[in-house]
Amino acid sequence: MTRQRMTWIVLTVVFVGLLVARGFVGQGLGRVYVERGEVSLAKDGRSDQGEPVWRTVPRDQAEHAWITWSRVTPKAFAEAQAKEPGQDRVVLSWPRTVGLWLAALLTLAIFSFLYADNPAYKLSESIFVGVSAAYWMVVGFWETLVPKLFGAILPGTVKAMVQPSLKVPAFSPWAPGTWDAADPAFWPWMQQWGSMAIALVFGVMMLWRLMPRGGWIAGWPLAFIVGMTAGRRMVTQVESDLMAQAEATMQSVLPVTPGLSAWDLFWGTLPGILVLVGVVCCLCYFLFSVQHRGAVGGAARVGVWYLMITFGAAFGFTVMGRIALLAERVEFLLDDWLWLIDPNHLRS
Amino acid sequence: MIARQAVPLAIAIGAGLLMAVSYFLRPLGWMSESASEIFNVVSAIAFVLGAGSLLKANLSTISRRDRGWGYAAVTLGAFLVTLVVGMGKMGVNPSPSSPQAAWSGDQQTAETPFGWIYEFVLSPLSATMFALLAFFVASAAFRAFRAKNAGAAVLLVTAFVVLLGRTYAGVVLTDWMPGWASGLRLENLSNYLMGVFGSAGNRAILIGIALGVAATSLRILLGLDRSWLSREGGG
Repeated sequence: MTRQRMTWIVLTVVFVGLLVARGFVGQGLGRVYVERGEVSLAKDGRSDQGEPVWRTVPRDQAEHAWITWSRVTPKAFAEAQAKEPGQDRVVLSWPRTVGLWLAALLTLAIFSFLYADNPAYKLSESIFVGVSAAYWMVVGFWETLVPKLFGAILPGTVKAMVQPSLKVPAFSPWAPGTWDAADPAFWPWMQQWGSMAIALVFGVMMLWRLMPRGGWIAGWPLAFIVGMTAGRRMVTQVESDLMAQAEATMQSVLPVTPGLSAWDLFWGTLPGILVLVGVVCCLCYFLFSVQHRGAVGGAARVGVWYLMITFGAAFGFTVMGRIALLAERVEFLLDDWLWLIDPNHLRS
Repeated sequence: MIARQAVPLAIAIGAGLLMAVSYFLRPLGWMSESASEIFNVVSAIAFVLGAGSLLKANLSTISRRDRGWGYAAVTLGAFLVTLVVGMGKMGVNPSPSSPQAAWSGDQQTAETPFGWIYEFVLSPLSATMFALLAFFVASAAFRAFRAKNAGAAVLLVTAFVVLLGRTYAGVVLTDWMPGWASGLRLENLSNYLMGVFGSAGNRAILIGIALGVAATSLRILLGLDRSWLSREGGG
């Protein structure tokens, strides 16, 4: 048996032992409680737009009814039990409790990489890749494709199944007889429908890349994305970064409060002057078409100092962000899972 | 060759010029809006392409029984479970404002299986992955950052001041300073460094990036930069 395997076994045994011991001490650990709620709705006429209006009614009169479960604190469960022993309004949620344990074990599996690469880490990594790919695909489908693409191409179906607030147009692309160019709603509809038809064609062309032959067809929608991004960025970057940043730099040196003493004026405008000097000097450093000699060289050297401070601050800020995330994960393990700390008084 | 080179080039130039021109000519604004809508939908469809590539790569690993094929199977299983649960909006109650529409409900809550996957699998995994970087950033910094010259020393000191200034420790360490020297307290020094020197450096970097993006975009729109085309022309 290798030394590394021995270490893993010892760590796992100690950890499981501590976990079992923790289960028998105090309030126990790692449980999630939920409170039951009900939604019971019946139709209450129609709105001005002809959509049904729903109101809450007793369950026996409801046309649509379902139960909801919202998370509550362990303290709320203890209080509900003390008030009415054996009540079934606030109960232990098995799915969420299993989820909590799974989240904790996955967190530990990822942290185990700090010691060495191991099967638990690889397993978590594989789950992460699979779940995140599907997650973003599902989000893209329900939040972009359904309301925009299917909402334009199959408005009746989307309105009936997903989005009752969707307005179904009076025109149909498949029946030119319904088209009425004099109707003010016609051209916006035509624009929307045409855009989505082009998007659908481009989308299918893009998916052609997965076919064994003719993958070059995917180059057409890609060309659209490249061209559009270039055209949009060319103007927006110049406006929002170049011009806006230059304007902000200039304005920061202008005294805006009248009646200040010379001393206050100096201290008030000093930061703005330092920023202006810094921007000009850093830009001198970025200027590669002129040799860094004389005045330009001096300014470039000052620019390097500014950049060093900028990178140092950015580094410190990034590390702080990561440490905050780490603290949040540790708090999750100690508070939500192990119930060793209770900073938000969820249990006491 | 025309379909593989000339047509994509024409599409890119046309779409790009349309976007640039419609920014200045308000009557053409609707074209820009349509192009943005198309872009959003094509981007969403690109997720399907990514999923297809993921399936292809993992299925091929499994079928060849390559090293680590079991992990590929786990990836595939996690992907398919999440996809089926999410696409079918399984276990999602309708929206209370429109209960007649079966799929009108929000599935991003922990009550639903998809929300459960997000809350108990995806969210902890991604947060922990990023938290793990704290160790690697610190470790890399320890090995790479040496105060070999004045510039590197300034970088290190700034990072240290910002780190301390953003924590309670920094506040406690320099709390004893008198009011007239309050600017030297770590939290104020950190704010000053970031607000003045950091701001100047960041602005210069942003201006440089804007100029670079504008120049590269112009090269693409004029057809001078075709590097993106050569990679996609094959098939």
